[in-house]
Amino acid sequence: MYSDRVLMQVRNLTVDYVGDHSVARAVNGIDFDIREGEAFGLAGESGCGKSTVAFALARLTRLPGLVSGGEVRLNGEDVLKFDKARLKAYRWNEVSFVFQSAMNALNPVIPVSEQIMDVIETHQPDLGAEGARKRAVELFDLVGIPSKRLDDYPHQFSGGMRQRICIAIALALQPRLIIMDEPTTALDVVVQRDIIEQIVELKGRLGFSVLFITHDLGLMIEFCDRIGVMYSGELVEVAPAETILTDPRHPYTRALGNSFPPLTGPRLRMEGIPGTPPDLRALPQGCRFAPRCPHAMDICRSVAPELRAYPELRSEAACHLLN
Amino acid sequence: MSLAELEIPLKTKPVGEAPVIEMEAVDKEFILGGAFLNQTFLKALSGVSLQLYRGKALALVGESGSGKSTCARMLARAYEPTGGAIRFHGEDISQFKGQRLQRYRAEVQMVFQDPFGSLNPTQGIGYHLERPLRLHRPDLRGRAAIEAEMLSLLESVGLRPAADYLKRRPHELSGGQRQRVAIARALSVQPHVLLADEPTSMLDVSVRLGILNLLEDLKQQRQLAALYITHDIATARYFAEEAAVMYAGHIVEQGPSQEITDNPRHPYTQLLIEAVPNPHRKMGVVPGRRATDIPLRTRSSRGCPFVSRCPKATSICSEAMPDPITVGPGHTARCHHV
Repeated sequence: MYSDRVLMQVRNLTVDYVGDHSVARAVNGIDFDIREGEAFGLAGESGCGKSTVAFALARLTRLPGLVSGGEVRLNGEDVLKFDKARLKAYRWNEVSFVFQSAMNALNPVIPVSEQIMDVIETHQPDLGAEGARKRAVELFDLVGIPSKRLDDYPHQFSGGMRQRICIAIALALQPRLIIMDEPTTALDVVVQRDIIEQIVELKGRLGFSVLFITHDLGLMIEFCDRIGVMYSGELVEVAPAETILTDPRHPYTRALGNSFPPLTGPRLRMEGIPGTPPDLRALPQGCRFAPRCPHAMDICRSVAPELRAYPELRSEAACHLLN
Repeated sequence: MSLAELEIPLKTKPVGEAPVIEMEAVDKEFILGGAFLNQTFLKALSGVSLQLYRGKALALVGESGSGKSTCARMLARAYEPTGGAIRFHGEDISQFKGQRLQRYRAEVQMVFQDPFGSLNPTQGIGYHLERPLRLHRPDLRGRAAIEAEMLSLLESVGLRPAADYLKRRPHELSGGQRQRVAIARALSVQPHVLLADEPTSMLDVSVRLGILNLLEDLKQQRQLAALYITHDIATARYFAEEAAVMYAGHIVEQGPSQEITDNPRHPYTQLLIEAVPNPHRKMGVVPGRRATDIPLRTRSSRGCPFVSRCPKATSICSEAMPDPITVGPGHTARCHHV
């Protein structure tokens, strides 16, 4: 369970991709909080900016990407203003990352033991080589891989085990927040379930928070406490996971929920979401979802709706229909 | 759920209709290593039997490495079977040669997983449709007839205005649009059988349903016999009337797709369905790990391939694999304990 204490506060975060002749605003001034011990999900179609947000929070944005505004506060400190030394302490000690291609994130020519110890020795030099190895053994135990395999090379492990090793490396310094960008996308469902259940167990035991990104809304609803739905660089809804499917406020959230055929109930024809997201360099006036929205009104095509709180549902949404 | 949604009629298998294409007890071995007398073989498929009917889809469901794609490639005659037979309208396809084989290549078409790799990036969309039409459609004479056919194909897969797409190149299209081009190309030669190998798994969630609905409409209109390969059992249930669950080269359970998901009988199917993310429950911590590697089957392997992971396994399971046992109307499972 999570508390109401906020771990990370994101305010008006704006990220641009700079081209030769144009600028695409991939993330347009979004606000959200990640609470202590919480799993917060970011959902949306490809290109909606969810990975861009994740990279910005870890200060990993590289050109042509540019964080052009906003604040990311961790216990009151603005992460976006960290200097090099503070950043080194921030990364991995406080926030770690499990990447989308985690299966290939390990160096194939170096034993995994060295890759785990590398992280520990870099950030906690006082532990020494022996201490780092001891910690690596503990981490292997933690993610359920026999520690006698510590000196094996990445290719000697299955995809699921490699993913567990990446999670072990992310846990190495007991960070407060782990950013997981599509951590199980390349895996089979049975392996995926094992890994997610293990993350749930570790999260309960160690109390870290998770920022979870996946295209699989079913998995996200099952795993996360709260979910933010992004569309075209903006948050359109932030709500408790259980209401995303049953009581969505925003038409886009509803359309996204209707894109996944259910495993039970009658076989019904479903329609998904017609059309495609707008080009970030040629955005429509007003609400960005209006051209695809079945309920669009005149006001939607002229005035962009603001994210407003609906306390009775513990949710926030940005839609004119709700006013 | 809005009113616009219509219930998909559940069509039962027509009584007495002959399958368009069928695999009968097909085995496939690949050489794993060794030379001459000490060669070892991987049994990729063991006694796989399945039938595809006009206007119906069969979903093949299973983990990576279970042999799903091998089945499709055997049906497309990219691989020759080691044992058993594949029959197209009753004829053994291994006997096809020359002109008959060329016709077969048109009659059975594939749609691949990766629409980014299956189209030639240096050629326009028109090229991808024109070539199969020139090679396999002698009935279309002259430039104008081919052009008209290309436009109608693009229209039929929902790419409008079609003339606009003809000149574009693959990189100008989104993943969903490219997959539509790949489908149009498959349809251009008027196939009887469509083999769709994970056609939506590389696509964005919001366009997956569009592609599945398109395949559903085309299947109905053109009375295609479809094989739908997927690891996503929920879309299998959505698109296909029948489903077959594969594990380590064996079909372990087969039947109407709704019956398979509502009432799975084989322990492997039960495991698979339990593992599917379910937004209507909250993730709990379940002790014990269930995932292990799929065992490699060789010539000396005996018994049920699932025995090492099965909670119901007894001594008989490691000795013999049972034949399909009927557990419901049109529903079979290969398990000693059903």
